[in-house]
Formats: sequence, C-alpha cells, structure tokens
Amino acid sequence: MKQIHLAAQLPGIHNTTVWSDPRSESQIDVESFIKLARTAERGKFDFFFLAEGLRLREHKGRVHDLDVVGRPEGLTVLSALAGVTTRLGLAATVNATFNEPYEVARRLATLDHLSEGRAAWNVVTSFDAFTGENFRRGGFLAEADRYTRAAEFLATARELWDSWGAGDVLADRAAGEFIRPAAGEFTHQGQHFDISGRFSTPRGPQGHPVVIQAGESEEGREFAAAEADVIFSKYDDLDQARAFYRDVKRRLAAYGRAPGDLLIIPSATYVLGDTEEEAAERAAAITRAQVGPRTALTFVEAVWGHDLSGYDPDGPLPDIEPAPDNLVLKGHSTFRKDRAATARRWRGIADERKLSIRELVIEVTGRQTFVGTPRTVADAIDTFVRTDGADGFVLVPHLTPGLDDFVDSVVPLLQEKGVFRADYTGTTLRDHLGLAPRTGAPRTEKEAS
Amino acid sequence: MTSLHLAVALDGAGWHPAAWRAPDARPAELFTAGYWADLVTEAERGLLDFVTIEDELALQTASLHLPDQRTDQVRGRLDAVLLAARLAPLTSRIGLVPTANVTHTEPFHISTGIATLDHASHGRAGWRPQIASRAADAAHFGRRATPQLTSEDVQDSTLIAARLLELFGEASDVVETVRRLWDSWEDDAEIRDAATGRFIDRDKLHHIDFEGDRFRVRGPSITPRSPQGQPVVTSLAHAVTPYEFAARSVDVVYITPHTHDEVVTVTAQVQEAQRTVGRTGAPLKVFADLVVLLDDEPGAAAGRTARLDELAGTPLTSDARIYTGSAAGLADLLLDWRDAGLDGFRLRPGALPHDLRGITRRLVPELQRRGAFRTAYTATTLRGHLGLSRPASRYAVPR
Ligand SMILES: Cc1cc2nc3c(=O)[nH]c(=O)nc-3n(C[C@H](O)[C@H](O)[C@H](O)COP(=O)(O)O)c2cc1C
Repeated sequence: MKQIHLAAQLPGIHNTTVWSDPRSESQIDVESFIKLARTAERGKFDFFFLAEGLRLREHKGRVHDLDVVGRPEGLTVLSALAGVTTRLGLAATVNATFNEPYEVARRLATLDHLSEGRAAWNVVTSFDAFTGENFRRGGFLAEADRYTRAAEFLATARELWDSWGAGDVLADRAAGEFIRPAAGEFTHQGQHFDISGRFSTPRGPQGHPVVIQAGESEEGREFAAAEADVIFSKYDDLDQARAFYRDVKRRLAAYGRAPGDLLIIPSATYVLGDTEEEAAERAAAITRAQVGPRTALTFVEAVWGHDLSGYDPDGPLPDIEPAPDNLVLKGHSTFRKDRAATARRWRGIADERKLSIRELVIEVTGRQTFVGTPRTVADAIDTFVRTDGADGFVLVPHLTPGLDDFVDSVVPLLQEKGVFRADYTGTTLRDHLGLAPRTGAPRTEKEAS
Repeated sequence: MTSLHLAVALDGAGWHPAAWRAPDARPAELFTAGYWADLVTEAERGLLDFVTIEDELALQTASLHLPDQRTDQVRGRLDAVLLAARLAPLTSRIGLVPTANVTHTEPFHISTGIATLDHASHGRAGWRPQIASRAADAAHFGRRATPQLTSEDVQDSTLIAARLLELFGEASDVVETVRRLWDSWEDDAEIRDAATGRFIDRDKLHHIDFEGDRFRVRGPSITPRSPQGQPVVTSLAHAVTPYEFAARSVDVVYITPHTHDEVVTVTAQVQEAQRTVGRTGAPLKVFADLVVLLDDEPGAAAGRTARLDELAGTPLTSDARIYTGSAAGLADLLLDWRDAGLDGFRLRPGALPHDLRGITRRLVPELQRRGAFRTAYTATTLRGHLGLSRPASRYAVPR
C-alpha cells in the first residue's frame, strides 16, 4: 500500500497564520519550535520544515505589518532542534543566490553530523533585486540566471560533500594518522563558481543531505527531476496536483531515475471538527480571520498596482484599470508575475458572483486543503496520495505552533489504515523517505582504482 | 575583591597538536554532538562565564598563513555557530561564543545566525568575528583576493596587523552592520494589536542603511531583537591595530601576554587604543589567553606535556603563555595577573577532556576558596555574567 510522507512547517509570515487568536504562540521563541518539532516527532513525521525570506515584505514602501513578521535563521534553529529530537528530519530553506557553496555545503554537512543524518536543504532562488539590498553582492542576477546558478551551486555543494570519503577520518592514535591524505581536496570551475582547495567538514552521515526543490516553472521542474529528492509543491487541488505529479515523474527517466527517487509533497492546511458542519464553520471563521479588511485591500492593491486605501473592503472592486507594472507589495512571490491576467480573472469572478473586495479575496486565496472530521480528513489524505496526487504533505497549521490536533486524531487513523508508519524504522531522513543512501564518493573510488 | 571571569576555548581535542592521541581523548567523536555536549556541560558545571568555539573557513594548518598537507593532526571542523546552537538547549547558563568569519561571510547572515543563537539560548550568545587572509581561504570563495601574509610577516604581530589593515577596517564595518541589524527591531516592535489588525508597529522597525567604502546593507533584519539585544562580541588581538579594532567594535578582547610585566604593558596599550578610537559606553573587558595543562601531582603535567610533545615531534608552542603545573599554581598566576589589570581569562585546555576537568574541578574550587570566583551563577544571560547591562536599541526614540 502506498505510504504517506508527512512533514510539519512552522506557520509564519503569510496571512494564513492566525496570530490574532489568543492560542497562537510566539513565532520566534525557541520554545515554539521545540513544541512543534516534538509534536511532529510524536506523530512519526518525516521532517520539520522551515521556510526562508531574506527581506521583510514592504507594502507601499513600508514594512508590511498585517501578518506575522520575523523569524530565526533556519539552520541555526534546526541545529538547536537536533538536540531535542532523535528521529525527525530537519529541513532548512537556504537561498542559492545570496550564499556561497563552500559555506552552505559546510553548514548542511554540519547539521547532518549534529543530527546524525537528518538534514535537508530546500534550494531556493530569490526572485528580486529587492532582497539583494541586504547583501554585499546586491541584486545581481537576472531571473533566468538564477536557476543556472542554483544548479551549479548544488552541483558544487555535492562535489564538496564528496571531497571526503566515508572513511577519511581515521583517528588512528597508534599510527598517528588523523585523516587520509588529500581528504577534502576539490576543484570546481564553472560559469558561476571557480573555486578550489580543501573542504573543511568531513562527510556527514547521509553523505548528501536530502535536497528539496520548491518552484513550478519549466526550469524548476527540470532542475528537480535531475537533482532533487523531494519537491515541495503548492498543488493541493487534486486534479492540478495529479497533472503536476504525472508531469514531474515522467521527466525522471531522462535522468536515469525511477519514480520513487523524487517525492512530491505539496504544502497543505487542515481544519478538523467533531462533525462535518463544525469543521466547515470553523474553516469559514479561520478564513475570515486570515483575510481581514486591510489584508483584502492589500492583495487587491498588489494585483492592481494602485493605492486603494480610499476603497471600502466591503464594497465592490475599484472600477479603475489596473497598473500592474507598479509593484506595491515587494518581497511576495505570489504577485510577481501575470498581474494583468490575475486582475482580469479576479474582476471576472467578482462581477459574476457580486462579491465585495473582501469576499473576493477570501474566494481566491482562502482555500483550506482538508476540512472535516479526523476520519474524513484521513480518508481524503489517503485518497489524494493513493491516486497519485502526491506522495505526502507538508502540513502548515493556522496557529503557532499547532499540529497537536492532527497528530492526536488523524495520524492514528492513517496508521490504522496501514498507510503511515507506526514507528520509525530507520534513523536518517533518507531512511524515512525511502531514498537510497548517497554512497561512493568519487575520490574514494579513484583511490580504489 | 572583584571576582574574575573565566572562559574556556574549545577546539578539537585540545590545543596541543597531539592531544587527540592522549589516552583519554575521543578523537573519533570530534564530529559528533555528544562529544561537545559533554564538554560544554562540564564547563557549565564549573560555572564558567562562557565557552568559545574555534572555526575557520579552511582546513586547519600548522602554519599561520599557508595550508599544509599534514595528516598527523586534527583536521576538519563543524560550523561553530551551528554547533553552539546544538548545545544551547542542553545547557541553561553558560555563554556560547562561536567564531564566524567576517571576510567572506555576509554580515546579514552573521547577524541572523548569532541573533538566532541568542534566541535559542535565551540570551547566552556571543560571537568572535574572525578575519581571513589566507589565499587558500579566498580560493574557497573565488570572489576576491585578500592581502596575503608573507613568511616574514608571520614572525611579528605588528607586521601582520599592518598587512591586514584593510581587512581590519572591513571587519569594523561588518561588526557595525551586524550590530545595527541587531538593533533594527526595537524590543517592543511586535504588538499583536488585533483591534487594528497590526502584528507589528512598523515605526519600530528600521532600515539600517549601512553604507561603507566596501558594501551597503539596507535592513531591517528578518530576526526580531534577541534576548540580550546585543549579543557579546569578542576578539583575539596581538598588536595595536587589532587592539583598536577591539576598542571600536567589541565587548571583550583576548590578549596574549607572557609575563606579569607584559600584562601591564598590553593592558596599557588596550587602554590607549580605547582613547585613540574614542570608545564610549562600557570599557573593553580584557581577558588574557593561556594554554593550560593541569595535574596536581608534582611533575605530572610536565610529563604529560613531554609525552604529547614527543608524539607531535616538536615541543608545544603558542601565541599565548603555556602554563604547565598544578591548579593551585595556576590560581596564583591568574590572581597575580588579574592584579596587573585584567578582567578575566580565556583558558585553552591543552588536552580535552583532561585539562577542562582540571579547570572545572580543581582550578575553580581553588579560586572559590580564595574568594575570587563565583560559587553559583547569579545571572541567566552572558551579558549578565560579565556585568554588562542590556543596551537599548540605538534606533529607539523616547516616545
Ligand atoms: C511551496 C513553495 C515554497 C517555497 N518556499 C520558499 C521559501 O521558503 N523561501 C524562498 O525564498 N522561496 C520559496 N519559494 C519560491 C521558490 O523557491 C521559487 O523561487 C519560486 O517559486 C519561483 O520559482 P519558479 O519560477 O520555478 O516557480 C517557494 C515556492 C513554493 C512553490
């Protein structure tokens, strides 16, 4: 029976996090992270996932103040979590544009050592020069070059991880040999990186940390098919998800890979109730908390490219033409492309169904993936995975840290069905994901031959 | 009598190059969390102010300025900031001070990493900014050339400082940028005002707009202001240029005098550096670094050092004074040097865990008997241990 993979994400900087609920705890206090990680590990989840953003969003030139703002540096907080968990995978999002391979490879190898083989890296590329203003190097890459840099970045990181063989740390007291000669030697020459020397961190338990890709463009899909172990997608609509799943899995053969070598794990939300009605009511209330009047206006401003502060969120859409070249919401990936088309579509929906601004935004942004009783949610998740909409989900709770309800009520039902593990059977994240270990470092092979 | 501050510098199997071959060393475990957890909990049992964790963006080398091909010494490291974070939840009082590079690492990443360590440790984070001048380090990044030390330079710390003047200037810019980012969120910026729907008061978040000759950073940070506001910044210095860098940029400086008289002259130079740069606020805390090999039986430490020297093939040398002997003798030396004008010491254990235990189980009780060291932690943050107050954000205006 097809097994489901589950991950947990700490809710963060989107309007989907309902911080106004008194039960919502801190998004920065380490205790929130520890609580969610322990809950996820109690639920036998595959991994804990952290998103990254390297610049605070700005709306009309000022820091956006309606959503949760502020988060810790991912790899650092995950290292702390490695000390309070024993099996849970730890996945950090780390940008390939505003970092260098030597450092990122080293930090990921370190997390892999510190967690005994539970590290993962979500390789993302920045989408704007706006973010570049926080870095010495500035915003220096065109959109198309970002994936070529990301691909070369990842390839380089792999060369660095492979520069130490699994047995290169000898620690042989009697012989006085601490390492094998030439351990860590590397040379990489390419379009984006021309580096050489000695990599300073020995090979981690997984050899290569698990690699995750997030992004849906043609380039993103090819990059994932060639290189990634996991895709973090946003397709939580079953039909679209199946089409994406077929498309990506089809691409694997060209790279000599089998369908099981790349897992597709969309992000998903859930709302539970004792009855269907209760869950639906709760979902509606959550959506209204997520899309307040000012949030609704902000979204429409982001698409329209105008200051619409004079409009009533409970009134109709503005009758003015959109100016989608004007970026009023910076640092938000959703609104960076196709805003003219989005405006036409939104206007169509609003006109047809006579929706106010706020109703429209709830309609177009406020979808909950799984709503129902624990039983119906467990069934829906199972169906989604069994019919190849996905290989599992990254669950994002509405409240920080959240997830207890899911782990207590839905996970046991999935376990009963035999579609989710009753306990961990391995110790590394690669074990949990059913991925082959990365073995056979080139240098070791070279020595053997 | 003021009580002195004590820190321990953790590095590999200890500061003797052959320490990893000592009978009680754990050389096969240097890349495991368990090894470091045992060390840092031992240091915390000894009520030490903080531990430092060494790092660099290259493989270790026996020579200051060039890589080597040796296989007989410890080679390989974990990232110090992440290692410190791994240790944070396992401890509750001791300060955690990793090294992070300022020449090749982005200031923004340093600022969020150390602030996160401060959040993860509830206020126990520090940082040692480190300059990298080796061409081999620069080749790992392929972005820039750095002034390379010559074999003549490395004989003399003043020549080193002169060669690296530009990098020290840049280091000041990096520390300034990091500190501004730490202040870029005022403490009470998060308001969660459900009535108006505002999560933060954006008037309390600030663009830092650092503009120097070498780089610009806009800000604000992505990470809210951390428990200490400003984590403790420390640096190691051997000459006037780095003393001035320390006076301008850090809270605690480690110096390497070899005699009581040198303590007097170097601390005077550090005072002078503070006047030269016009330091305001709390004066620099001055710690002396010492390599220590401790055994109470007469001759035992010397014998142990000799055995390690033999394994290493050369006698132990160091930039810092090497003390070999009993804990009581070390206590005498520390108190004598303290009276010459020091705030504390950073002890570099010759071999781990042996010499760390010598510090926590013999030296510390000896100092306590003499009324020169705390008998319990009285603060929960690193600034608290050091007697540093928590600064307000520089951007906070009285409202
Ligand atoms: C589910 C999902 C999660 C993402 N998480 C992050 C993130 O945490 N940080 C980030 O900088 N970008 C994130 N991205 C953005 C992607 O890395 C990528 O830059 C963006 O989707 C554009 O890629 P594309 O053109 O292939 O779609 C995410 C994208 C998706 C679909």
